[in-house]
This record gives sequence, C-alpha cells and structure tokens, in this order.
Amino acid sequence: MSAFSDFAVILLSAVLVNNYVLTKFLGICPFLGVSGKTETAIGMSFAVMFVMTLASTASWLVQQYILIPLDLLYLQTIFFILIIATLVQFIEMMIHKVSPVLYQGLGIYLPLITTNCAVLGVALLNVQQDNTFITSALYGFGAALGFALVLVLFSGLRERMEGAPVPDAFKGSAVTLITAGMMSLAFLGFSGLVKV
Amino acid sequence: MLESLMYAILALGGFALFSGLVLAISSKVFHIEGDPLSDKIDALLPQTQCGQCGFPGCRPYADAVASNTVDVNHCVPGGERTMLAIADVMGVEPKAVDEEEATPMVAFIREDECIGCTLCIKACPVDAIVGAPKQYHTVIADHCTGCVLCLEPCPVDCIDMIAKPELLEHWSWPLPDTQRAQTGLERRESHHHD
Repeated sequence: MSAFSDFAVILLSAVLVNNYVLTKFLGICPFLGVSGKTETAIGMSFAVMFVMTLASTASWLVQQYILIPLDLLYLQTIFFILIIATLVQFIEMMIHKVSPVLYQGLGIYLPLITTNCAVLGVALLNVQQDNTFITSALYGFGAALGFALVLVLFSGLRERMEGAPVPDAFKGSAVTLITAGMMSLAFLGFSGLVKV
Repeated sequence: MLESLMYAILALGGFALFSGLVLAISSKVFHIEGDPLSDKIDALLPQTQCGQCGFPGCRPYADAVASNTVDVNHCVPGGERTMLAIADVMGVEPKAVDEEEATPMVAFIREDECIGCTLCIKACPVDAIVGAPKQYHTVIADHCTGCVLCLEPCPVDCIDMIAKPELLEHWSWPLPDTQRAQTGLERRESHHHD
C-alpha cells in the first residue's frame, strides 16, 4: 500500500470510523457545552484542531526522546497533561491577541480544552499504537477533524431544535443527549468502511 | 534505584521549567494592552449586570465611559457614590444620576395577584425575591436595588415600584445641607471681619 493511501486510511478511520466523540465517547463535555451555536462550535473546533495536532506530535517527541530513553514510562500521563496544559495556555494567549471576538465567544471553554479527555486520549492512543511521528501527527489531526465535524453538525441540529416543539419533560439536556445518542448510532454505520 | 528517581525528578522538573519559560515568554509576546481606564471604571461599577445604563453589562458601559461616548451618570444601582467615583476617575464634572434614583425605590409584589411563576426570581440580579413555584413571592426590601428588571418578566403585572420604606435600622442622620453649611461658613467669616 502506498504511503498516500496509508494516510488516507488513517484520516478516514480517525474522522469517521473511530470518531472520538461518537464511538469512543471522549470529549463529551465540550461536545455538549459548546454546541449551542454554530459560530462558537466552529471556533472551538479550530482551537481543538490546533491543540490536538500539536499535542499529539509533542507527546510523541517526549515519549521517544525523554520517556523511553530514561525509562520513565510511568510518568507518561503527567507528562502528557503538562504538555496539553501548556499548549492550551499558549493558545489562549494567542487567540486573545489575534482575535478578541473569538476569545469572547469561546469564553470558559478554551481553558476547558485542558481537561478535554479526547486530547489526552489521542496522545495516549498514539503511543499505544506505536505510530510514527508523521502518522501520530496525522492521527491527532484526524481525530480533531472528526471532533470538529461532529461538533459543527450537532450545533446545526441544536440550532434547529431551538424552534422545535419539544415535550416539556424532554426539554434541555434530555433531548440533547437523545440526539447525541442517535448521531452516535448513525456513525456506527461507518464501522465497516475501513479495516484498521 | 536512586539514580532512576533522580532522572524522573530532573526530567519532569526540567520539562515543567521549560514549559513555564515558554509560557512566560509568550505572555510577554502576546501581551494585550488592556485599556487601564476602562479597567478602573469597571472596578467601580456594582457588577449587577442589570443593563439599566443601556449597555449589556457593566464592562461594556465601562468601555463606553472610558471612550468618552456616554456620560458618567447612567449607573442606577451604583447611585451617586459610583457616579462621583467615575467622574473623579474621568476628570469630568459630576452630573446628577438618572431621575429614578432621586428617591430610592424598591420592588413590591402584590401577593394576592401573584401566581407563583418564579419568573421575577430568575430575573432578579441580586436574589432579593423569595418564593417557590405556585407560592406567593415577596421582595426582601433590604436587598432590592430598585433595578426594575423584575417588572418586565411578570406575566400578571403584580409588581410595583414603591419608595423605599425608611426603617429604624437603616435610619441615619441626614447629610448636612451643603448650601446651609456654606452660608453658615460665610456668616462666620463675616463675623471675623467685623
């Protein structure tokens, strides 16, 4: 298999088949928290994309050049969390400077990426799967792309649901969670698409 | 054993130090020049976010005042004290606060008309309304700032604004009438001349 189709398979599997939100159930908090409006959902998606790609490459480097040579694999989690926290802080400062509007829109959710388990999940799965540098970067980007896709689709659904006559008992988070479950069922349909 | 422990401490400590340095440098690089004037004004405002100044919250009003586009006297809950403080910061002449504040008002719920819908409770920025669904609500006059935000959501219009009742525990000596004090001063000075 050529390198290019290899990459395509990795991307496709990370975006659709092993979607982090709907099949692995990671990163549910921002998924439900920021999906109220499409605009903030898109902003959040870009922030997560940036953090995830960088976090997975940085954690790969740390894994290969610090943790394995020094035999410190038991410090993996704390190292990775340190990387993610630093990156999120950095991005928060950068967005505050570059786009104050986006900064206001993301609000509390930007620091919440720190505790976004999907970011840590990508970093940990990367080293578990023995990915190379390029593939781990691609895997991180693909996972973030999947997160972005689902987040934006879901925010569109939720914007439509604002005007829908929802029964009182289902209003608010109940109907949101049911919709998320149905989306997850729909994404199960992709599971035969790629063999990983 | 000890050696590997040292490695662990050094590696994690070193990495944390490196991350801290990166963040410290980038906080300098991406430093935001916040408007110190609007920060100062924002600190003076009561932060009830009531919107009576016509802006969506205290911060937007502070920004507008700092940019000299609005007067300093639009904060109703803050009252005269806040207006004087803002005028001092801005270096402009103090102006009387918007009319409503002339006599302090509080909200009053006509309980026999209240249907217990809790909408006013949700609207109150200072939690001065007590009550439960399908029960009469009432206003704690002590806590009410007279911001009138509860009037609009009430579906049966059973909330009135009344003059704040003067209770014994809040009564204080009236402030000295500045005009009379001044004439008194002049009279005393003229005595000296005699």
